[in-house]
Amino acid sequence: MTEAGAGRISELLQHELSVINVGLEGFARVLAQESVRVTHLAWKPPSMQADLPLATRMQLRQVTGAPNAEAISRMVQSRPVLVDLQPAGEVIPGMQEHLILHAGPPITWDRMCGPLQGAIIGGILFQGLARTQHEAEELAASGQIDFAPNHHYAAVGPMAGVTTANMPVWVVENRRHGNRSFCTMNEGLGAVLRYGAFSQEVLERLRWMADELAPLLREAIGRYGEVDLKSLTTQALAMGDEVHNRNKAATSLFIRELAADIAAIETSRETTRQAFAFLRENDHFFLNLSMAAAKCTADAARGIPGSSLITCMARNGTDFGIQVSGLEGRWFTGPAERVDGLYLPGYSSADAALDMGDSVITETIGLGGFAMAAAPAIVQFVGGSAPDAVTYTESMYDITLAENDVYQIPGLSFRGTPTGIDLLRVSDSGILPIINTGIAHKQAGVGMIGAGLVRPPWACFRQALEAFAVTYAR
Amino acid sequence: MRVVRVEKDVYFDSVVLMRISSEMAQLPGVSEGVIAPGTAMNKAVLTDRGFQASELATAGANDMIIAVEAASQSAYESALAYAKQNLQEMNRGSEQPATAPSTLRAAVRTQPDANLALISVPGAFAAREAAEALELGLHVMLFSDNVTVEDEVTLKRLAASRGLLMMGPDCGTAIINGTPLGFANRVRRGVIGLVGASGTGIQEVTCLIDAMGGGISQAIGIGGRDMHDSTVGGLMALQGIAALEADPKTDVLVIIAKSPHPDVAEMVIATLIHASKSAVVHFLGLPAQQDRDNVQFASSLLETAELAVSCTQRGRALDAVVQKRWHATVDMSTLARREASRMAPQQQFLCGLYTGGTLAQEALLLLDDVMGPVYSNLQNKPNRQLVDPFQSHGHTVIDMGDDRFTLSKPHPIIDPALRATRVRQEGRDPALGILLLDLVLGYGAHEDPAGITAAAIAEVRVQAEARGGYLPVIASITGTDADIQDRGVQQEKLERAGCIVMPSNLHAVQMALAIAQEAWGGGRI
Repeated sequence: MTEAGAGRISELLQHELSVINVGLEGFARVLAQESVRVTHLAWKPPSMQADLPLATRMQLRQVTGAPNAEAISRMVQSRPVLVDLQPAGEVIPGMQEHLILHAGPPITWDRMCGPLQGAIIGGILFQGLARTQHEAEELAASGQIDFAPNHHYAAVGPMAGVTTANMPVWVVENRRHGNRSFCTMNEGLGAVLRYGAFSQEVLERLRWMADELAPLLREAIGRYGEVDLKSLTTQALAMGDEVHNRNKAATSLFIRELAADIAAIETSRETTRQAFAFLRENDHFFLNLSMAAAKCTADAARGIPGSSLITCMARNGTDFGIQVSGLEGRWFTGPAERVDGLYLPGYSSADAALDMGDSVITETIGLGGFAMAAAPAIVQFVGGSAPDAVTYTESMYDITLAENDVYQIPGLSFRGTPTGIDLLRVSDSGILPIINTGIAHKQAGVGMIGAGLVRPPWACFRQALEAFAVTYAR
Repeated sequence: MRVVRVEKDVYFDSVVLMRISSEMAQLPGVSEGVIAPGTAMNKAVLTDRGFQASELATAGANDMIIAVEAASQSAYESALAYAKQNLQEMNRGSEQPATAPSTLRAAVRTQPDANLALISVPGAFAAREAAEALELGLHVMLFSDNVTVEDEVTLKRLAASRGLLMMGPDCGTAIINGTPLGFANRVRRGVIGLVGASGTGIQEVTCLIDAMGGGISQAIGIGGRDMHDSTVGGLMALQGIAALEADPKTDVLVIIAKSPHPDVAEMVIATLIHASKSAVVHFLGLPAQQDRDNVQFASSLLETAELAVSCTQRGRALDAVVQKRWHATVDMSTLARREASRMAPQQQFLCGLYTGGTLAQEALLLLDDVMGPVYSNLQNKPNRQLVDPFQSHGHTVIDMGDDRFTLSKPHPIIDPALRATRVRQEGRDPALGILLLDLVLGYGAHEDPAGITAAAIAEVRVQAEARGGYLPVIASITGTDADIQDRGVQQEKLERAGCIVMPSNLHAVQMALAIAQEAWGGGRI
């Protein structure tokens, strides 16, 4: 034993014991009776089976030490800013006419759920690749359309997340690392494309957004200069938003920033009025910006050899997929789960689609469900109370690599949000990431019918852990 | 009936309203309950659900609609009252107690001076928790067993590299800085430090040291396999010895282990010889060696205590403990003769029912061969292993804390009921000649093991007499007067039931042997 070693045990033998008890409560009681400082853990067996030998786990911990430090630093230091709003075909590298992007991990037409298929049909119609629903369905099933995850093209999309070449997308740049990310604009609630609707009304709205709204906002951004999304998010966290399921404050702040420059644009009053009216009706307008900013942040941490940081979580209504920094290019998937939540009048869990959308990219960087303590109202969706929101956030510190230096939660004495999910910590602790999400109707086109909490399936993390061990364990 | 009510200029969080709505709909007599802002979308949905559009029309987006479909006026009014009450309660905060942390990481945050993790979760999860604790810089006592030997080695190497204690797995007893961890007794503090791969071994020796007027500085448990398995190779034994060697408050080292691997045993002895302090070694299952330099070898737990105390003080340590604990008015050999004389011819066999594993081992080692073959669930001689540990055979010594007994039941030190039941079972056999027991007190042990056991003892003694015989019952008590159970009180209870309480496990075994020799003759005692 080393000199230092002898020192630590000697230290213990000279000082009073301060014990953490894990297991039989009787031991803690005895210690308490003896006036020994003791905490009894509310321990639960982890749900994920112990599949790797302890020596392998510890070796992987060693391996990931420095790479994780690098990866989390890149994530935390990212500074996403909004620079432009342009048709996807003009700014997304590799975007094409016959390419349709969607939320979640890769999936074939036949496995897509109702809302996703509906959104694809709408996207095909919007893009002018077919004239009727029937034609669009045939085309979608024919193999002549390429489907790919948004994530493969540095993009994200909420719910069905369908992105086609003609759709205007926010362009967000990482001022720290230089990478770019993209996301469509939020259409509002109800019967909209992202819930699988493709009616005339939906298509007309999409055209209006592309032809009237986008140019207006694009020019406003041009006049304003880049919009600091990290700053808006930080302010919104202090106002009760978590920028996944609660976006009202962030949306208001965003409009406020651009209002003067929108007003100054030379166009008809009616165009301007319509734009503001549209923005006023949509509490979640900022969501798509939040997602693009989060994507920009997470992408900076991709591809660091040896890192077990989760760089992506996404679902397509059928599968839930995750990606790991040190295993770049691979998806680890499992079945998307049922959301546990509350429903709007007239709906119930029988009507619900499974967990869907790229919006979980917010949780991936320490926002959304991870920042629930900043937005306690969310927890009522599962019959909880405000202290439960704090508990959810606090449990996420056990599986993350850092506390954010900028995204802070006032109610936790401005503690930074738990940022950067570590695959190894998830498997060691048995704690899964917590996600706040909306619930779509399982039929295409009906819309959002509720909201609640959900977690990824264990299968994703089990597979990722096995792959990580194969790659990095000696 | 469908009723629509509009509250003007009322705003509440939509999530709150959804919760109240879903609760309202569960009230008796209510088939639909909606409380929502008067937005166009909500009004459209409610109209679809059959509520009057004209009534809904008066509600604006800043107003609140309460729409109820109820079986009766009273059901409606209850629903309305429920909604209103809940809206009012919204403004009150809720007091909730702070929840306990559920992970080590979280616990260390709230208790930054934590220096030891005491882990007793099921074996499948124990290694992971122990590794987490070590990574967090905590010393560890791992009570759990069913940890693989590979994981044990991994943990002990990690601990050694960080200079941390890794006590266990399968470590039931430790005393650190006078604090009892797991099953341990209230003993005087002093200058004797122990390193032990045996729970009840540590307990017996520390209690006897206390009875002899000595005191304990530290008792470091290392887990049953540490010195027994050459793969583990005494990793923690060496750490413990080094720690006590460096501890200014320890003058004498005591090492106790059950059936250590001979190579590991030699290595430990070599380490002790090079140490500066006196050492007493007791390796159950290995023949006691010749004393070497500063290292003395004991052949029983009692002698271990005796030698250790003698290193620190003059006076006859052994006399001290006998004087304190032996209440009989006659000497031991007279008593043995008397007990034996009352036994009936059909009483042929000795049965030792033990709750402490090391105490059972000590009894077995002393009785085997000397009394002829002794069967046990601890035997390593294959032809003397009990086929069914629930069934005695010939002379038998049983460790009732063995896995076979504790799979779905609490350990007998925690709950003596199972051993008491076994006493009664043995007592029904007319061939039972001598009953030999232990009784373990202290932290973690049952609050009144003597009470439970005495009842069974009294019964079986009566049964033996009814058959025209007599059943000597011999016991020893591992504990001190300062223990919660109070050793003196426990001894009285056993004696009142007719039990002969001996000053130590060794004495108890010797008494049993003495009676056996008197009753059955022969024997190379």
